Amino acid sequence: MGESGISGCPMKVLITGARGLLGSAVAREVIGRGHACVVVQRNPCGVQGVTEFLDDLTDPRYSRQWIEGVDAVIHLAAKVSVTGTESDFQRINVDATSNLIQIAQAEGVGRFVFASSPSVAHTGSPLIGVGAEPADPQHARGYYSKTKALAEQIVLDANGPTFATVALRPHLVWGPGDTQLIGRIVQRARSNRLFLIDGGNSLIDTCYVSNAASAFVQAVEHAHRASGKVLMVTNGEPRTVKETLQRICLAAGVPLPTRSVPHSVALLAGSVLERVWGNRVSDPPLTSFLVEQLSTAHWFAIAETKELLDWEPTVSIDEGFRLLRESYSH
Amino acid sequence: MIRGALEVPFEELPGINPAWSQFIEVVDYQGVNRSFHILDSHRGSESPPEITLVCVHGNPTWSYLWRNLLASAPPHIRVIAIDQLGMGFSERITSQRTLAERVHDLSSLVDALKITTPVVSIAHDWGGPISLGWVEQVLARKEYTIAGVVLLNTAVHQPEEFSGPALIRLARARGLLAPVTQHSPLFVRGTTILSGKKIPRDIARAFALPYRTSADRVSVRGFVADIPFEPDHPSRDTLDSIAQSLTLLASTPVLLCWGPRDPVFSDQYLRDLQSRLPHALVHRYVGASHLVSEDAPELVPDVLRWVEGLANGALEEVVPSKSSESVIDLGVQVRNRAQESPYENAITVMGGHNQQKQVSWGLLDRRIQEFAAGMRAAGIKPGDRIAFLIPPGPELIALIYAAWNIGACIVIADSGLGIRGIIRALRGAHPDHVFAIPRAMPITRFLQIPGLRISSQELTTFKRPSMENAVTAFDPDSNGAVVFTSGSTGPAKGVRYSRARINATVNVLKDHYSLTHSDVIIAAFAPWAVFGPALGVGSVLPQMDLGSPSSLTYSNLQAAINQAGGTLLWASPAALRNVVETAPENVEQSHRETHKNSPIRLILSAGAPVPSSLLRSVTQLFPGAQLRTPYGMTEALPLTDIALNEIAALEHTTGSQGSSGVPVGKPLPGVEIRISPWSASTALSASPLTASPGLMGEIVIKADHMRSSYDNLAFTQAAASEFPGWHRTGDVGHIDESGNIWVEGRRSHVISTAGGPVTPVPVEQRVERLPSVYQAACVGVGPLGNQVVVVIVVLREQISDTELQDSIRAVAGTRVSAVLRRKDLPMDIRHNAKINREKLAQWASQVLAGVQ
Repeated sequence: MGESGISGCPMKVLITGARGLLGSAVAREVIGRGHACVVVQRNPCGVQGVTEFLDDLTDPRYSRQWIEGVDAVIHLAAKVSVTGTESDFQRINVDATSNLIQIAQAEGVGRFVFASSPSVAHTGSPLIGVGAEPADPQHARGYYSKTKALAEQIVLDANGPTFATVALRPHLVWGPGDTQLIGRIVQRARSNRLFLIDGGNSLIDTCYVSNAASAFVQAVEHAHRASGKVLMVTNGEPRTVKETLQRICLAAGVPLPTRSVPHSVALLAGSVLERVWGNRVSDPPLTSFLVEQLSTAHWFAIAETKELLDWEPTVSIDEGFRLLRESYSH
Repeated sequence: MIRGALEVPFEELPGINPAWSQFIEVVDYQGVNRSFHILDSHRGSESPPEITLVCVHGNPTWSYLWRNLLASAPPHIRVIAIDQLGMGFSERITSQRTLAERVHDLSSLVDALKITTPVVSIAHDWGGPISLGWVEQVLARKEYTIAGVVLLNTAVHQPEEFSGPALIRLARARGLLAPVTQHSPLFVRGTTILSGKKIPRDIARAFALPYRTSADRVSVRGFVADIPFEPDHPSRDTLDSIAQSLTLLASTPVLLCWGPRDPVFSDQYLRDLQSRLPHALVHRYVGASHLVSEDAPELVPDVLRWVEGLANGALEEVVPSKSSESVIDLGVQVRNRAQESPYENAITVMGGHNQQKQVSWGLLDRRIQEFAAGMRAAGIKPGDRIAFLIPPGPELIALIYAAWNIGACIVIADSGLGIRGIIRALRGAHPDHVFAIPRAMPITRFLQIPGLRISSQELTTFKRPSMENAVTAFDPDSNGAVVFTSGSTGPAKGVRYSRARINATVNVLKDHYSLTHSDVIIAAFAPWAVFGPALGVGSVLPQMDLGSPSSLTYSNLQAAINQAGGTLLWASPAALRNVVETAPENVEQSHRETHKNSPIRLILSAGAPVPSSLLRSVTQLFPGAQLRTPYGMTEALPLTDIALNEIAALEHTTGSQGSSGVPVGKPLPGVEIRISPWSASTALSASPLTASPGLMGEIVIKADHMRSSYDNLAFTQAAASEFPGWHRTGDVGHIDESGNIWVEGRRSHVISTAGGPVTPVPVEQRVERLPSVYQAACVGVGPLGNQVVVVIVVLREQISDTELQDSIRAVAGTRVSAVLRRKDLPMDIRHNAKINREKLAQWASQVLAGVQ
């Protein structure tokens, strides 16, 4: 069944986790391209034109109704927070992915696109212009990265002649309406609690949300050409942390960060907060993982992604900041 | 397992593929079965090799020395590295072996390997004589085809004038041999330590691994004991015979790869080998020491390229001289002027308080003849290399022409290199003799000069009366000069000029600048001081330090013009800047009338790009002079030139947005310029040269007056001469519709982005037009092929980050990832005009990497 859905022909695409910034954008993109879109997650996503199922992917007793007749799966659902127990991360990021692959294969789904994370291959040193290096669950930092790394290995391992799997690693997806990254930055800046680490000079890649969304849909459409591949998804326009934060604050009309703390202090604060925060539901304001993310270079090569997916980031970083400013001025 | 075979702990040997390792049983010279350990790149391989490298290590290394050669060799090249008996993981022996016995063992081992392809031998240290002994046997008996011989830091002879490597002599001293070489790991460990700090600890440990115990090191001691320092040493005759039989290699390609910082095998051994193997290609890896293959990672690809090239001819391309003359006499103009106008000034040296020293053509000619006679009497032969540590002046000029008169080759190093740089450069050029001012005499001791060391104080007694006024002329293709100038990056390279090419340079200068006997050159740029006599044109040395261009002042320049009649000035931008800065404020009004009648007709600025604002200021000071700026390099000068008003016109037509580099004008007559287009991939390709407008790529040139070759840098030479007969300049740029050449930066500064190459100069020019920007540099950060563009600025006024970024991105013409600010930009010391982009790129990479 999956094999019949060649590029350009309408397919039935299942999206897991369509409630977030990226998920809802992917859903809109799928519909916009004329495909049928089925979404499944615990709470309604509110995207027009989708067939919505509310289900818990970690519960093996789920209905499976939503997989019927599906040509392609875009698996976005994951536990992304920093807090939580190892078994939570295991269950949501690894077990659910593995189960989903099994039922998709049983149903005859032909394409499976997985949202991975650059952190699966990040072991602490700066990432400077590199491509998608192999996932390293053993050395990846934190449960999130470790479990995503393991899940990515499971996804790639499942790749075969009748089941084309592709893993995409989007880095720091943002856009108007983003409550995670942008929302928190703006909130902290507004209350004057946003600071830079060591001047914020490290160069980082980010990805405007519509570019990331189009990459996922292109991956579905070109799944056979890209099968078994891990591909980076960014805007290909790295900026310093400082400039990124400044531009976000400018767009939102909040004070620009002026204070900088030394890396060592931030790292210490992060690890202390992680410990005292314990198992609270929300994330601590600073974690050692975040400190590392914000104080070392993270930018990547996307030439292979562009070539294999026939994809191009159409909204530039500067245009993205303009759109962000517009969204705040409404 | 073979009897006597040792266990090889591969996990402690980084870079070794266990599949290479093999033990072979071979009957040694005594008739005893011995277990040899070898590394063989083709062990178990099915692809048949076309050529085989047999690698012989020295003491106390082992086959590990050749691991990178094995790893990098393509399938058609088989690499076999052997461990000598008692060394590496070959069987331990208890007795000392002589050189002859080692040659015999090597011969037996290679026989046992049953090699059917042509063989290239490659050896290091004391492996050199052993492998040469075997090669000579093979050549005599014609058993195999020896396709080539490669030698790394080795020796076959102890030059008489040196007492031998002090360190080895120390190790050989009575009572020290056993403690140093066998009973302690001192000698074994010392080998990697002496080779510089570049060798990582795990590699150093791997080198020492087979020599952990005193019993392991018996042969390390034996090797040192077998060095035949003494005339009655048992290996002395063998070594002498190997050295003498090198004549057998006359038709075998030979490559000498050298680490010049070797405290044991210094350059004097290279010089000795070169004299025995005059056809050898030589490459000195500047900065590399004894373990040259460890210190210079480019050695392995270089050697492999040479081996591959053996099939299709020699690497070094000898540019055929186009000179129609059978002989070149560089001093002919001096003699002509001495006959026509002996009382006119050839050289005027300006001193303080209007003190001048004048040397007439008659006197100069006489001096040259006397020095030449002195050189002949002292035994300096045609072809000998003479180094000079004498500042430009009448003495140096007379000595240079005397050297040319007797057919010698001059070696000149720019004083901008600094003392260490000069020593390093001159030592690499292997001068036979040196002339130095008394202050520089101590330096000459470091140059390993086999011939004369003459202090300039001794010159009066050195010169000899010359009656015959002999017209001496030599082969136009023989070496006339080896010139070292301070490069913007890396150590100075020796550039070789044949006599014909020096003569061609003289002719280009004479023709292009219409020089006549009524001209007087103001030599504020050292080369001009040398060329004056060859041009038959008088020169004046202004009162300044020629080693420091910015020491030229306005009043000293005026003195050279007004008192010595200077008509033509060649100066660096730094010198011109200082002239402008030291000019009195009211110069324009008070001296305008005098300047109209000033004899100066032409001002040339060279050595670095010149800001047109500076050129304009100079014009205001000397309204009667034409201002031109030539483009060229140590390897060929001048290639193009452009007048100030032409630069202004080009800048006007291209406008601020369209600027695309520095216009340097059109090629001079006889100069051909092409572009080697930058390929879509990250590297330059050997795509055909083109003159079509607009294509960006490396600037490639051809002229009768370009360099002959690089000195003792065979692989640098091969790369620069990739297009036969042409010289790759290392500059990138393009040719415009009307044939003007535009320089856009250095090849190494091109930023290799995912979207293609970006040249720094045009971006910098556009950014520097922003009112808030004082100075800008454009560099790349990240891996080649996926670099991002970073602009570094020095600001005139404070401006917010985002405003600065927006204004730069609006004009840059390329995607700029980050804008960084600095208080100043690092510049080159020599001209203080070239931005050190390498240093800035490194700095930017570090800053933008964040905390590591």
